[in-house]
Amino acid sequence: MVFRDRIAATKPLVFVLCLLPFAHLVWDAMHGTLGTDPVAQLEHRSGDWALRLLLATLAITPLRRFTGWHRAVRFRRMLGLFAFFYVSVHLLIYLFVDLGGYWADIFEQIAKKPYITVGFAAWLLLIPLALTSTQGAMRRLGRHWQRLHRLAYLIALLGVLHYYWLVKADHREPILYLCAWIALMLARLRARPRADAPRSNAARLRT
Amino acid sequence: MLGLGAAALATGCGSEAASPQATAPQAKLPDKSLAVARHVDDANGEAQTTYTDATHYNNFYEFGANKSDPAARSGRFAAHPWSVEIAGLAEKTGRFTLEDILKNHALEERVYRMRCVEAWSMVIPWVGFPLAGLLDRFKPLASAKYVAFTTVERPAQMPGMADRILDWPYREGLRMDEAMHPLTLLAVGMYGRELPNQNGAPLRLIVPWKYGFKGIKSIVKIEFVESMPRTTWNVMAPDEYGFYANVNPAVDHPRWSQKTERRIAGTGFNLFGNRIETLPFNGYAEQVAHLYAGMDLHKYF
Ligand code: HEM
Repeated sequence: MVFRDRIAATKPLVFVLCLLPFAHLVWDAMHGTLGTDPVAQLEHRSGDWALRLLLATLAITPLRRFTGWHRAVRFRRMLGLFAFFYVSVHLLIYLFVDLGGYWADIFEQIAKKPYITVGFAAWLLLIPLALTSTQGAMRRLGRHWQRLHRLAYLIALLGVLHYYWLVKADHREPILYLCAWIALMLARLRARPRADAPRSNAARLRT
Repeated sequence: MLGLGAAALATGCGSEAASPQATAPQAKLPDKSLAVARHVDDANGEAQTTYTDATHYNNFYEFGANKSDPAARSGRFAAHPWSVEIAGLAEKTGRFTLEDILKNHALEERVYRMRCVEAWSMVIPWVGFPLAGLLDRFKPLASAKYVAFTTVERPAQMPGMADRILDWPYREGLRMDEAMHPLTLLAVGMYGRELPNQNGAPLRLIVPWKYGFKGIKSIVKIEFVESMPRTTWNVMAPDEYGFYANVNPAVDHPRWSQKTERRIAGTGFNLFGNRIETLPFNGYAEQVAHLYAGMDLHKYF
């Protein structure tokens, strides 16, 4: 196979890496090695990877800025779409494996349980981002695209809040994710492009 | 091992149990099976949780906050020798060895549903005896309205205590009539064997119509008191965990709906179809609902 450049050649590898946690889940589910409460395992592992990938997506901009490795942006769409994939898998597990026959209860849960409310809001907000992740949408939306996709920060924060609220007592892990989110936010503020830096997305893609 | 003194216990619990320095590691104990005088299935014949599942999925934060922590990190815990302090408003108080506590009580097997406040449940055959029988021996005074329980505090053997996740030691309590109810069990074993450390060895409480966190583990103190005792989860989040904590599908926990539960039971591939309706008082309403007659269960949750 001939790739345009090294980034293009690396993408399939990143793609496979992003799929590994999912493959692992499917493997464990098929072999009955998910432990005592398999449903909780599925929920927790899919949720963990959704959040990690969201944060990884957000880490691209600061990474470019601090390392000067501008081409890293070319991995961003894939990471973002995988985050959406894992959140969606997470939601489907909740709906059809956990609630199962009681799936219609999700409406009541969304209305009544704050952690489900924010989780669901995060998933909803991810949909327009996923739909506008194509090159064509980027071109069509122009500078609005960037504004729209800044929602990713809010979505990740909702994800962290979701995690924080569902934990009973030991909040260390969600707090770790919150710290990561704050660090990325600060890095982003520090990493504001200078006036002379290329601003348009098209320009970014070319770098 | 619980051993000896208690006549009901099986043979094979070597004589070292009687000696005060019985500190042999768990692994060396010759036999941990218990002789049981009678068997009662209080779970309607519902499929039981496997021994492995019931002993590897535990909330026992003194050993860590993950459900796999208690099984993995309780190996250093020495459940023997053990003693329990009986205190407060009773004619007879003092410190009693485990053998003292157990003597005169025939062990019975009681199969109960166990409903966790996190909306999952198990069906477990406990081995123990009604708490009432024990409490009677100490002749509680009329002024004793509640019973307060305390879990052992041993940071060196309980690695989860290094993190101040909860306000140690763990405390629980029951109203006197709840404590005296024939379903309320002091358990020393499960599945016909002594309790493993992760399940609250050597002595724990089982109150099958209440959420699991009421079933305090590794008890070192039982105190008769006049007013409602402070209990760990209730103090930590009073709007989430009430003192009564009766299983009630009509009263939601702010975090989890309590209308249904995920039943963890049986063997084999069981990813789907585990969700069942939660019953009032965990299915023990007939036996216990009268204890709460006239009480607003939305208020006293
Ligand atoms: C679409 C709506 C969502 C629903 C219905 C949902 C539902 C759940 C449920 C039921 C749990 C397990 C709770 C428990 O065990 O008590 C969970 C855990 C989790 N969810 Fe979600 N979730 C949603 C969206 C999200 C989103 C958007 C993210 C992150 C971006 C996320 C990340 C997590 C994480 C990190 C955990 C905990 C994992 C762990 O404990 O290791 N969820 N979610």
